[in-house]
Amino acid sequence: MGLLEVDSLRVDYRTRRGSIRAVDDVSFKLEKGELLGLVGESGSGKSTLGLSIIRLVPPPGVIEQGSIRIDGDDIIDFSAEKMQSIRGSQISFIFQDPMTSLSPVKKISEHFIEFIRTHEPKTTKAEALKRANTTLRDVGILPERIADYPHQFSGGMRQRIMIALAITLNPEIVIADEPTTALDVIVQAKILDLLTELRDRYGMAWILITHDLSVVLERCDKILVMYAGGIVEYADSKELFRNPRHPYTQRLLQGIPNIEFSDQKLKAIPGSPPNLLNPPNGCSFSPRCSEGEPRCKSEKPQLLEVIPNHFVRCFKEM
Amino acid sequence: MGLRSYIIVRILLTIPLIMLLLSIVFLIIRVIPGDPVLLHFERKASEEAVEAMRQRLGLDKSLPIQYFEYLGGLFRGDLGRSMQDFSPVSEQIFSAFPATLELAICSMLVATTIGILLGVKASESYNSLKDHLIRAFGIIVYAMPIFFLGMIFQMIFAINFHWLPANGRFPPRLTEPRGMILFMNQPVGIAVWSFMIGLLCLALHVGLLRMKGVRFWGQGSTISLSHFMIVWIVGFTVWIVGFSYAQLNMSGVVRVSTGLFTVDSVIEGNILKFVESLRYLFLPSLTLGLVLSGVFIRLTRSNMLETLRLDFVTAAKARGLKESTVTYGYALRNAFLPILTMMGLQFATLLGGAILTETTFSWPGLGRYLVDRINFRDYTAIQGAVVYFALIVAVVNLIIDILYAYLDPRIRY
Ligand SMILES: Nc1ncnc2c1ncn2[C@@H]1O[C@H](COP(=O)(O)OP(=O)(O)OP(=O)(O)O)[C@@H](O)[C@H]1O
Ligand SMILES: [Mg+2]
Repeated sequence: MGLLEVDSLRVDYRTRRGSIRAVDDVSFKLEKGELLGLVGESGSGKSTLGLSIIRLVPPPGVIEQGSIRIDGDDIIDFSAEKMQSIRGSQISFIFQDPMTSLSPVKKISEHFIEFIRTHEPKTTKAEALKRANTTLRDVGILPERIADYPHQFSGGMRQRIMIALAITLNPEIVIADEPTTALDVIVQAKILDLLTELRDRYGMAWILITHDLSVVLERCDKILVMYAGGIVEYADSKELFRNPRHPYTQRLLQGIPNIEFSDQKLKAIPGSPPNLLNPPNGCSFSPRCSEGEPRCKSEKPQLLEVIPNHFVRCFKEM
Repeated sequence: MGLRSYIIVRILLTIPLIMLLLSIVFLIIRVIPGDPVLLHFERKASEEAVEAMRQRLGLDKSLPIQYFEYLGGLFRGDLGRSMQDFSPVSEQIFSAFPATLELAICSMLVATTIGILLGVKASESYNSLKDHLIRAFGIIVYAMPIFFLGMIFQMIFAINFHWLPANGRFPPRLTEPRGMILFMNQPVGIAVWSFMIGLLCLALHVGLLRMKGVRFWGQGSTISLSHFMIVWIVGFTVWIVGFSYAQLNMSGVVRVSTGLFTVDSVIEGNILKFVESLRYLFLPSLTLGLVLSGVFIRLTRSNMLETLRLDFVTAAKARGLKESTVTYGYALRNAFLPILTMMGLQFATLLGGAILTETTFSWPGLGRYLVDRINFRDYTAIQGAVVYFALIVAVVNLIIDILYAYLDPRIRY
């Protein structure tokens, strides 16, 4: 039994113009202490998938079917109170934009105290502060700055604070939704290193959401590639790097600039993702695929385990 | 710039504002038809008498001289004497002020409580039936003429049921033991009142314990019959002491120390007078508060809708904070500044006198004072009221500005 098991999850946004299938039949497993990279271009449903794991998909989004098991319990069946009690304590979520993730009128200390005491009401303020200080030191923020307001910190520091908040209560799973996209490149690398370091120290499992395959390739244990709401490929990162099997993954890998081949051009994939209101009949990538067969346009390929622990959704591999 | 210099600059800036307003009003009241001199005489008076009165009021002088004489007085802090009864205008304003202040505070309480609570509820269930109903309610009360709503309330609560007084601020005399108010001296009334007072004491007690971190309704501790007995006994004791003390002090009018009858009666320690002043406040505050609440519903709703979409609200939910903490502690707290601005504006306007409400309920505040004096073309009184009003607006705005900095750490002066 894995720590987190998502099975045939489907999430729709029920808009006035029709249902948008943002997450389409997604299944995967996350083990204790594992670092999973969730990759896909904008609009592929990464955030929706992440948010559905804490059951905070914004309306009009609805989890239509599937199960999300944490330690064997399906959280879809949890009551609202039960859900509140595991958010932040068992599963944490880190948002993309650290500049807007903290309430501008509350001190950092207030964020921590309120959070800790919500989950552990017996904790005194002093104890909560002490714990906050420890975690802040862990993420590289000087504890004496705990009495400052969010606007007194830089973006990178604020993201460190968000990370500290996320790990304070020792959750088993932390989901980080593009935690570095809003930051500059050097800060980006430092924050990502911090995540792996925290994983090594505390052993929580991470789901790292990003649109940039190069970011997760060397840091994550496993990689899950999403396209138009569905999984197209799911494998160990080394395996994925050496033997990418899905044409989309192959294109993504080609898109990564490589210093060794300096004359190499950065290739964008031609075309654009499908309209999720009226998805194509067959494989959702087929309109942009250069290796397509006729049946790609009419039939939907299944996600298959082509070799152990390497899943691909493509007719080529069948 | 420090806070102190900011305050000083702001106060200095209000001086030209007051001057401008005053000059305009000074001219306008002299242009509109009507003559305070003639209004002193019931029927045709002799030329000489009229001329003597004109001299006495200082209206025989040329306009510029009148203007500068008035300004001169103003800079010495003298608002002049009323043209109607010759007593100092500042004293008159000062004595009408508490009634207006009391009404302003109470109706603001009603308006903001209803407005903010309903506005938050509407935003929470955006686009649902509840949302639409609340919005409709807001528009209807906003469009409702005050005197119409006031008259309906008077008809229902005062004339039909005799629960509440329709007019005025306090009974001329507290006749009889006013124990009949809400059955305070009847057995059933005593029982109910004792229980309510006792419950209040208990609630305060529990509240204090909880603040210290003691959990009251924890596992194992159930509410037993003895709890109710204690509630009753505490309530009865408080009631007996309060009521008998009040009975001893039935001298009628409220002894004025602040001019706010609710506060004065508490200072005096007279429960009956307190209840009585609340009863008189009830209908005017409810009417005015309801009408004003429409603005607050709309403002709260739209600001909440904007704030609820922000990342820190979702982030707070993702940390497992309680729904109410997220709604009030995060969303409303951050949506509050525009609401506060509106509160300041409305409060300042109310302090200028709620003319319609005060007229409908014969409330002896500044609104009625002003109407009265305009009818009489009491130039000095009107000018005095304008100066007072400009000052009030300036002071309230200043206080709001200072509160801003207190509420939002990003704002510094
Ligand atoms: N509130 C919403 N209402 C309607 N459709 C939505 C809503 N939120 C997202 N969607 C749609 O769901 C799909 C998936 O969105 P999602 O935000 O999960 O993508 P993403 O992979 O996180 O993209 P990005 O990299 O831009 O963050 C998109 O097609 C988007 O248009
Ligand atoms: Mg996203």
